[in-house]
Amino acid sequence: MIEFLSRVFGKDNTSKDVAKERLRLVLVHDRANVSPQMLHSLKADMIKVISKYMEIDEEALEVNLNSEDSQVALVANIPIKKMKRASND
Amino acid sequence: MGEVIVVTSGKGGVGKTTTTANIGTGLAALGHKVVLVDADIGLRNLDVVLGLENRIVYDIVDATSGNCRLRQAIIRDKHLEGLHLLPAAQTKDKTAVSTDQMEELCDELKREFEYVLVDCPAGIEQGFKNAIAGADKSIVVTTPEVSAVRDADRIIGLLEAAELRDPKLVINRLRVRMVKAGDMMSIDDMLDILAIDLLGVVPEDDQVVISTNKGEPVVVDEKSLSGQAYRNIVKRIKGEDVPLMDMDNDSGLITTLRRLIGLK
Ligand SMILES: Nc1ncnc2c1ncn2[C@@H]1O[C@H](COP(=O)(O)OP(=O)(O)OP(=O)(O)O)[C@@H](O)[C@H]1O
Ligand SMILES: [Mg+2]
Repeated sequence: MIEFLSRVFGKDNTSKDVAKERLRLVLVHDRANVSPQMLHSLKADMIKVISKYMEIDEEALEVNLNSEDSQVALVANIPIKKMKRASND
Repeated sequence: MGEVIVVTSGKGGVGKTTTTANIGTGLAALGHKVVLVDADIGLRNLDVVLGLENRIVYDIVDATSGNCRLRQAIIRDKHLEGLHLLPAAQTKDKTAVSTDQMEELCDELKREFEYVLVDCPAGIEQGFKNAIAGADKSIVVTTPEVSAVRDADRIIGLLEAAELRDPKLVINRLRVRMVKAGDMMSIDDMLDILAIDLLGVVPEDDQVVISTNKGEPVVVDEKSLSGQAYRNIVKRIKGEDVPLMDMDNDSGLITTLRRLIGLK
């Protein structure tokens, strides 16, 4: 009944919307899995960029995809060894 | 020189064999010389869908292992002059043909036939790898379900990794009524998610089952909606620009009224 009412009032939760949303989420993971190289090169690029500003522990750097209820997040844990001295020359 | 088109899906049972049989029959009905290759070794199916199960003597493994000549393993259709089938082996398994053998086979076939259609087995293992080995182009079949679309996405990734660029999508078993009610993903939903070109949409249709029962692909049935859908797909494969047909056969009173007062 609630489903019917919300449909009448045009809310976005028909079963196909649910299907599409679930698909979208699962594919974020699947696609990342198809290429572990992708995460790998992302890591390498991040190191390059961040190293411009601070010295980081490259070995301990972690990059993962985490999914919570309705979204997928890129979570990075980047231990800093040393900050570079601000050189505003 | 002909072209080799492989029909894939990932998920089983979504309509690869039905699609292969109908496209092949449709092309042959337009006068083309076509051979359908059943690459689903161990689970021979294409022969019964085409109604050719009683004519098999040799199969694809006999041909690739030198047990017979390729010519001997190819069966001619009963009705259509240009239609041919290279049947799968039923007693062997998917390792009975190697990717190299498959490539050679496809090369040889496309010298003689305008279209070589390969019916791929479900899954992403050796059988899939073999089936795509000699292909120039690919078709991905899906149904409007989460699991089928997910697997289609995986297959698209694998096809592209194998340098089979630009796979084309066939959406099978669409139910217009459910799409309208918001209970089935629409064509646009799937195109949005998979981001590949659409080759065609085939509605859910009892006539597909009836034709398969008789061993006569529905594409030759002038009256059926699914037959029309397959004929359109065939034209698009030939490079014609055919718009999607209106699958809305819902001619109920309300729809008619809405149409009359311009609500549609
Ligand atoms: N548009 C349709 N409407 C109704 N039934 C259909 C339609 N398309 C396919 N079917 C039915 O679905 C079943 C599975 O189809 P088919 O054998 O072509 O799938 P497949 O992908 O080749 O399966 P497998 O992965 O086992 O090789 C068959 O019984 C077929 O008749
Ligand atoms: Mg099949």
